Amino acid sequence: MELKVEHIETDFLVLGGGTAGCYAALTFSARSAAKVLIAEKANIKRSGCLAAGVNALNAYITTGHTPQDYVDYARTDAAGIVRGDLLISMSRGLNRAAQRLEEIGLTIQKNPDGSYMARGERNIKINGENIKPLLAAAVAKPQVTVLERVAACSYIMGADKRVAGAYLVGVDDPVLYVISARAVLCATGGAAGLYRPNNPGFSGHKMWYPPFNTGAGLAMGIQAGAEMTSLEMRFVALRCKDTIAPTGTLAQGMGARQINSLGRVYEQDYGLSTSARLYGTITENLEGRGPCFLRTVGATSEQDAEIEKAYLNMAPSQTLRWLESGLPPSQKNVEIEGTEPYIVGGHTASGYWVDTHRETTLKCLFAAGDVAGGCPQKYVTGALAEAEIATEAAISYMSDELKQTDIEQTQRIKVWLESHLMRTMPETGDTVDGLEEEMQALMDEQAGGITSNYQYSQASLEQAAAGIYSLSKRAKALSVPDMPELTYLLELRERLIVCRSLLAHLAARKESRWPGFAKHADYPEQDDSFRCYVNSKLEDGKVKVLFRDLVEEGEVYEHHDR
Amino acid sequence: MSIMIDDAACRGCGRCTAVCPGSLISLNKNGKAWIRRPQRCWGCASCAKECPVEAIALYLGADIGGAGGRMTVAQEGSQLTWTLRMPDGCEQSIVVNLQDANSY
Repeated sequence: MELKVEHIETDFLVLGGGTAGCYAALTFSARSAAKVLIAEKANIKRSGCLAAGVNALNAYITTGHTPQDYVDYARTDAAGIVRGDLLISMSRGLNRAAQRLEEIGLTIQKNPDGSYMARGERNIKINGENIKPLLAAAVAKPQVTVLERVAACSYIMGADKRVAGAYLVGVDDPVLYVISARAVLCATGGAAGLYRPNNPGFSGHKMWYPPFNTGAGLAMGIQAGAEMTSLEMRFVALRCKDTIAPTGTLAQGMGARQINSLGRVYEQDYGLSTSARLYGTITENLEGRGPCFLRTVGATSEQDAEIEKAYLNMAPSQTLRWLESGLPPSQKNVEIEGTEPYIVGGHTASGYWVDTHRETTLKCLFAAGDVAGGCPQKYVTGALAEAEIATEAAISYMSDELKQTDIEQTQRIKVWLESHLMRTMPETGDTVDGLEEEMQALMDEQAGGITSNYQYSQASLEQAAAGIYSLSKRAKALSVPDMPELTYLLELRERLIVCRSLLAHLAARKESRWPGFAKHADYPEQDDSFRCYVNSKLEDGKVKVLFRDLVEEGEVYEHHDR
Repeated sequence: MSIMIDDAACRGCGRCTAVCPGSLISLNKNGKAWIRRPQRCWGCASCAKECPVEAIALYLGADIGGAGGRMTVAQEGSQLTWTLRMPDGCEQSIVVNLQDANSY
């Protein structure tokens, strides 16, 4: 099959029309008269993390608190490995982002004095079912072009490590899009599907993070030589068993405590950080006191009704479970378990290494949301605040003119993609799904997935790296019949690229800093010589690891050695 | 979780095919919606909310303890009505108004 080449020019190219991407386009159109193009793999109305909705805005500076309080919370939760400069600028933008969401139509509960009603210290109450349709509607403006059903696969590289646009491929039609831009924002989200999921069979995609976030932007950056940070700080969510629905609504919202099978509340034995809540659950299970639950029995029938509604606004499967079983929260405690690990910069600190203004180490390439590193606990409002900061930087740094696209570079991409669409390739018996399953099993068993209780060793990581190398070679020989299957193939490739870098990061951090998220069996304790960032970049086909000193709030970090 | 599309009810408007965040739904040669690889469904319910004739039902897979219930959703203005139908014919509905914030 031959790909038709289509050239498009814009001023600001936004890769990914999720939470951060839509808000970036919205910000750009309010501050500049230039053109912006959102390139989205699916449809911006429901793409990204917020497809089903979100229960609350989890990052807000409530009355009596300051942005610095939020920074302190995020730093403690990440055991020190955060960028102070990024966290403080994000925290200062949280409330403005919430207000903007209300302006575009989001329901936010208010107090009699007009302030937003808090849920705990950092959350505000909303109805977030339609948050993504609202964001999508807000970008319907003449200067914003939305190109949907296109999958980004590579940056257009200009001279001097400058990003001049991106190559994208049609999800349905055999078209290679060559989009030239004066600045590019990567907002493609994090990476799910690297590890074998909780429900590896038919319900394999019933996972916490969107299974369609496959690490495209991370892989594109890695391949182009961008520096990445803290990939080893994987995120593992504590979720309702089977449906993998959120637990926060039950725990923080209605105050349900974590109990073991003996009925004993165990959470205070381990601490209340995100990873400690998980670590406690894993340990109780390992020591024979599982399964673990959120104690919801004793709730009122009014509470049942409110909770069932709340879950419909973000995770309808859990309400379906309660209704179908006839056992609402008041009748049966909700069993909880840890998910497989994800790479997600909105919760932990993994992603692109950026300067204070969110420019990556590749010139004219900016990053925001789950793909941007150093700045955990973003949640929705943090992703919006970061998109705003990155967009403002993009406006001021944009290169003056569009670079002429290198014909040879385009030809190389075209030939590579077409090689996978040819039927004449040697028949190896390998399939995209088969290799994906092998990759997930390998990562699960050797690189700290669910079945290994998130534990790995130097020896197991080496075995995983050898396996990923071999799977990558086999993936290069895959052949697919049509464009939708080519997208799946590209997603497999992205995941394999992210896995390779992730394994190097896990091996480099010779300590165990986040109990629950990961345990390095050879170095089971926290070691303060690792109070630094583990960064990496691809050089001559090898992942090169760098250690960088912590950056505090008050500092302005620039890429002096990129 | 995945979805089941009622072929007889589907009018082929294609709204579900556009909105799926996984680009999993297309129209077949009879002009009816069908899901390519149901096991790749995330369970977000975007397609079911988009369907004007409630032809798309959500269900829990047997591997995660699904008991045969089918849930559809109808939207009217800011009001979403979710309805669960069990194999024995029992039915129950929950109405959510998007102008009401979640209590928890």
